[in-house]
Amino acid sequence: MTTLIFVVVLLALTVAGFYLGRSRALVAVSGKARNLHSLPGYYGYYVALWCGIPAFVLLGLWLSAEPYVVERLLVSSLPEAVQELPPNRLGLYINDIRNLADDNIVSRDVGPELRAAADRYNGLKRVSLVAAIVSVLAVAIAGLTYGRHLISPKLRARNGVERVITFFLIASSTIAILTTIGIVMSLVFEASRFFAQVSPLEFLFGLEWSPQIALRADQVGASGRFGAIPLLAGTMLISFIAMCVAAPIGLLSAIYLAEYAPSRIRAMVKPMLEILAGIPTVVYGFFAALTVAPAFREWGEALGLSVSSESALAAGLVMGIMIIPFVSSLSDDVISAVPQAMREGSLGMGATKSETIRRVIFPAALPGIVGGLLLAVSRAIGETMIVVMAAGLAANLTANPLQAVTTVTVQIVTLLVGDQEFDSPKTLAAFALGLLLFCVTLVLNVIALHVVNKYREQYE
Amino acid sequence: MSDTAATPPVESVLDNRRASAAIARSLKRRYRAERRFRAYGIAAVGFALLFLAFLFVDIIGKGLPAFTQTMIRLDVTLYPQDLNPEGVTNHEQLLKVLSTANYRKPIFQAITDLFPDVTSRSEQRRLLKLVSPGATFDIRKEVMEAEEAGRSIIGQRVSLLVPTSDDIDQLEKGHINADAPEAERRVSDLEIGWFNRLKERGLIETTFNTTLFTAGDSRSPELAGLWGAIVGSFWTMLVTLALSFPLAVGASIYLEEFAPKNRWTQLIEVNINNLAAVPSIVFGLLGLAVFLNFFGLPRSAPLVGGMVLALMTLPTIIIASRAALKSVPPSIREAALGVGASKVQTVFQHVVPLALPGMLTGTIIGMAQALGETAPLLMIGMIAFIVDIPSGPLDPSTVMPVQIYLWSDLPERAFVEKASAAIMVLLGFLIVMNALAVLLRKRFERKW
Repeated sequence: MTTLIFVVVLLALTVAGFYLGRSRALVAVSGKARNLHSLPGYYGYYVALWCGIPAFVLLGLWLSAEPYVVERLLVSSLPEAVQELPPNRLGLYINDIRNLADDNIVSRDVGPELRAAADRYNGLKRVSLVAAIVSVLAVAIAGLTYGRHLISPKLRARNGVERVITFFLIASSTIAILTTIGIVMSLVFEASRFFAQVSPLEFLFGLEWSPQIALRADQVGASGRFGAIPLLAGTMLISFIAMCVAAPIGLLSAIYLAEYAPSRIRAMVKPMLEILAGIPTVVYGFFAALTVAPAFREWGEALGLSVSSESALAAGLVMGIMIIPFVSSLSDDVISAVPQAMREGSLGMGATKSETIRRVIFPAALPGIVGGLLLAVSRAIGETMIVVMAAGLAANLTANPLQAVTTVTVQIVTLLVGDQEFDSPKTLAAFALGLLLFCVTLVLNVIALHVVNKYREQYE
Repeated sequence: MSDTAATPPVESVLDNRRASAAIARSLKRRYRAERRFRAYGIAAVGFALLFLAFLFVDIIGKGLPAFTQTMIRLDVTLYPQDLNPEGVTNHEQLLKVLSTANYRKPIFQAITDLFPDVTSRSEQRRLLKLVSPGATFDIRKEVMEAEEAGRSIIGQRVSLLVPTSDDIDQLEKGHINADAPEAERRVSDLEIGWFNRLKERGLIETTFNTTLFTAGDSRSPELAGLWGAIVGSFWTMLVTLALSFPLAVGASIYLEEFAPKNRWTQLIEVNINNLAAVPSIVFGLLGLAVFLNFFGLPRSAPLVGGMVLALMTLPTIIIASRAALKSVPPSIREAALGVGASKVQTVFQHVVPLALPGMLTGTIIGMAQALGETAPLLMIGMIAFIVDIPSGPLDPSTVMPVQIYLWSDLPERAFVEKASAAIMVLLGFLIVMNALAVLLRKRFERKW
């Protein structure tokens, strides 16, 4: 709440800076705007930037540093016995102080010591708030006066403002790189902590996955084995089933829509297929877990087969349907990009339409289609919600689509959802799996994009 | 023309005949193949559309009943000795006493009064199970509101419509098979008999389920609502929009209008294309490791969820915005530069306004994607059981897709119904957003 008031006050000051700057510039040339270097508005922006940027930077610094500084000061004022507590116990103690200060429920007896600490905490917070108000407002007003002071008819206000704008543009374009670096760094860092405890060879080639670590020596089913092969096999199985559904259906519907369908039907059907792509994955997961999987089990029972209620088949089938629009729109693009002359040549030789498609257009479009299918595979591997809801948790090493298998993404979710300490190999294993997932999809994407781009160049 | 052509030899005529017969046969085969191939295409499209229709019918069929709630009309007598046993008279103190009073007793009294023939204590307790535990809140609210308005209803008899328990609700909606063996269903024969007697007396009513749109999550299906998740989604989307729109537009303007063609910009472009294909769960891991563990931001907060989703939607919006900027013809830029505008002025006063509809369309589509996203939010703890409605981006909250996931995992059938209803609400939001995007494109996009 205080932050919001702060921001509003600062914005008001910035707007005031704009008007002050503009009027000052006009006064300096006694109203003849043509004697100014820049348009009058730029002088306004110039002062507003001088007023706003330093103040907002300071506010941001205060918001991010304040909790730490206050906590440090609070700890240093606590009795020695408390200061020497281990970090997590100390954290609980500080939490209690905070709760007491906010009049919330406290988990221990409120002694005079705790009461005094809470009062001190409130005092520190008040001091820090007053300090922040005074310093931020002072900086804003100082910036405003300085900017206003700088204004003269010769000041190149436009160039200054444009430099700031360009800086913002460059900064926002580097966010993409920062994100990638952030992903790689966090995955590699956490995974390396995991590999310090579990050997990478065991992780990559181990045949047994059971991440529960035994608390007692005789505990059943908790061996703490981290072999990723069953997960990879499960992921491959489900992705394979998905591609068996998505590839033929997506490809055939793309061919039909690109080559056969009258434009009226095309205009109607294409957006309807796109709807499939717009449905959230959690909806597919719900459908797979509560409609498709039970139906498969019943059919299986009727045929005398034992189908698991979390069969790979159900998850794979629904995932395949989710990917259909992805395959069909990519293939549609590639098929439409095949030059018209090739079609006409083949038809002119007396080939039927389907022969033209199969013998001329399909081979010509093949690299692009393969690229599109690779992208679809990487989609299937990284898909999470369908498998979390419809595939199993048990890491079975099997190729039977009627049994339950688990995937890399399912394990990441189950390892990280819920309360866990952050240093156990069980939690860190999720990051190792994440790294594996990131690398596999990255390689697939790079190959696919390369193939698609190379193909595109061929006909342009 | 030669003589041989005018009078062909016998064998050659036979050959030609044979050949044309063979061609006719093969043509038949080829046309059959042609029709078959075409049918495959139609079948593929038909399969996809059929599935889509089946999905919608299935979910609507499952979810529609959740929009109604079976209610039971109870005549509750509010005895002062139950609610105010110590006989407090001071207004302030009375309010305090009433806010913590035991409201189960009046309900118990009301429901047992309806069945004077049920006398055993254990059966009476089972009678109380017909009524939702939330009924106590309804009575409490009624009593408190009356007391605060200064017209006490203590000691009076009030007629109230309170929700039934979820099992009875399911029974009324016909989802419990009364013919199944008693041990296999959640409602016993005794309860069915009681319920039918209530029904005969006209005490059972079905009303629109307002709880679904006003309450937060709950362990009892008949008290669980979607409002907490909708508000959580709102805060998350607000953060996502505030971060991703300016950053994505800035990045696309820089890359399209200002960036020199060099290795650095090439690197940025490769990065953006790759980020667009990174699995969403990896963004969740990034959020967990960087935002929660490194920067120490609060768990389960829409602020962090919004930040993660913003990073995830950036590539989508950047790619759409760049396409929009690219479609503005160079003559616009040249004209502006020609009359003396600076590069920045040209871009911001002439190019960007023309590209804005395309950029907004891309933003809406990115937002729709983010609204339906679940996996990364599970990583940063937005999966907690949260009853309170979040009042800001720092409060612990959940979002609509996660709520669907949570509800579909619960064993009660009523929660499956709720999850389907939540899906319908979520799809409704997505349809509105996409329709807006289409409208924007149709109305404002110019073809040059």
